[in-house]
Amino acid sequence: MALLDKHKILETNATLLLVGSFLVVTVGGIVEIAPLFYLDNTIEDVEGVRPYSPLELTGRDIYIREGCYVCHSQMIRPMRDEVERYGHYSLAAESKYDHPFQWGSKRTGPDLARVGGRYSDEWHVDHLIDPQSVVPESVMPKYGYLLDRPIEGEHVGELMATHRMVGVPYTDEMLEAAAADFAAQADPDSDYDGLIERYGDSAQVRNFDGQAQLTEMDALVAYLQVLGTMVDFSTFQPDESR
Amino acid sequence: MSKKPTTPEKDIPTTGHTWDGIQEYDNPMPRWWLWTFYATIVWGIGYTIAYPAWPLVKGATEGILGYSTRAEVQAEIDSFDAANEGMRQRLVEADLNQISTDPELASFAQNAGGAVFRTWCAQCHGSGAAGAKGYPNLLDDDWLWGGDMEAIHFTVTHGIRNEDDPDGEARYSEMPRFGTDELLETEEIEQVVNYVLSLSGEPQDASKVEAGKIVFEDNCAACHGEAAEGDREQGAPNLSDAIWLYGSSYADVMDSVSSARFGVMPNWNTRLSEAEIRAVSAYVHGLGGGEAAAE
Repeated sequence: MALLDKHKILETNATLLLVGSFLVVTVGGIVEIAPLFYLDNTIEDVEGVRPYSPLELTGRDIYIREGCYVCHSQMIRPMRDEVERYGHYSLAAESKYDHPFQWGSKRTGPDLARVGGRYSDEWHVDHLIDPQSVVPESVMPKYGYLLDRPIEGEHVGELMATHRMVGVPYTDEMLEAAAADFAAQADPDSDYDGLIERYGDSAQVRNFDGQAQLTEMDALVAYLQVLGTMVDFSTFQPDESR
Repeated sequence: MSKKPTTPEKDIPTTGHTWDGIQEYDNPMPRWWLWTFYATIVWGIGYTIAYPAWPLVKGATEGILGYSTRAEVQAEIDSFDAANEGMRQRLVEADLNQISTDPELASFAQNAGGAVFRTWCAQCHGSGAAGAKGYPNLLDDDWLWGGDMEAIHFTVTHGIRNEDDPDGEARYSEMPRFGTDELLETEEIEQVVNYVLSLSGEPQDASKVEAGKIVFEDNCAACHGEAAEGDREQGAPNLSDAIWLYGSSYADVMDSVSSARFGVMPNWNTRLSEAEIRAVSAYVHGLGGGEAAAE
């Protein structure tokens, strides 16, 4: 017990106690957090996950600006009731290009991790203008003003460059074409081959809000419609041991 | 002046600290606390052996129980699937029109279909299926594309006006935008709207009804029928009843004729199993407006 008796040295020396505490917390952190960065089973490579297109990324910013995450999570937990209601449980890789991720922990409204393709664009627009018109029991506020807020892709390349700094693999070509891709995605009459080439078939090209003008509504609906649609679960089989 | 320390009943050792005459007993920890503490240590070691725990070079230890959340949820889903498999199989093999005649199957379809409806359909058609502006009421007997089991099953499977149906069989029709595309003069649109409103209620301007009838016959009757009774083959609504999907006000109907409507319903064949589609079709059919199969 000779060593244990020495705790008096720590207890009577505040600075030493502080240093000792930091050491203990550091060891805990290294053991619990650091392995997540290198263990194979926390970094699952999933086919189909791609960086957001310029319009989707802008929609995501609007989603965050409006505080959608306060009431909506984007994380389907591996539990039967959630899988039956929302679809396949979320994979970590599906939010690997989310900075910050939108998992959330509170559901006043339903989980949105796989809301993409579940409703028509018209429904989303109707629902954002007046949620109670389609879901009478909803307590969601109205977001109709998004229709009146035109946007353009002038700065979206810079937004993407910022995301690249934190690890999203946007290529130089993607950054250069950002403004063009931004406009093309909301205009089915445009030449959007480049957009599809850069972002794949999961990039949906439609006039999302039904208006001629490109508005924040287009961006938000484009973002909502891509959520959870990148991975094709008819071909992808998640490893059960993870 | 100093106070005498209270004398302990037994001779308990002190820590030896003295401060202003105050001494500190060196009592041992309560024994129950100490043993609980040791027990948590033993539990912790056992836990890290049984469950995934220690990070190693490539992966973490898997634990002798081989537990994984993914495997657990899959096993749970599989067990429910296995329990329902027999009924699902019967539902898929049954003749659509015979489902309601088999009490056991009908009861299963009603319950399973109700769950599917509340999960996937309620957002548009309402949790009570009463619909909303632009989203059809499924409780009444007014059907755009047909209300027998076969028709409902087809609509749920392939959807309406979507481009995602892998079979390319989504129900499709598109009304011309008479105003936006300048197919009719504003005056003519006003006339035909008054005529259409007069069929089920009061026109806004009775003097235009007669002229509107001619506009209707020339432009609308091909799809909506001479008597405006609608045509389910092309999803053209009956305009002679008082049921309005997009509102019955003069302004609403003006808007419908001018810019047309283009309601979309997703195809469910990529999201729901055939058994689920059949169950929800039976549920919708049983809501009140279901029609018997055409002879």
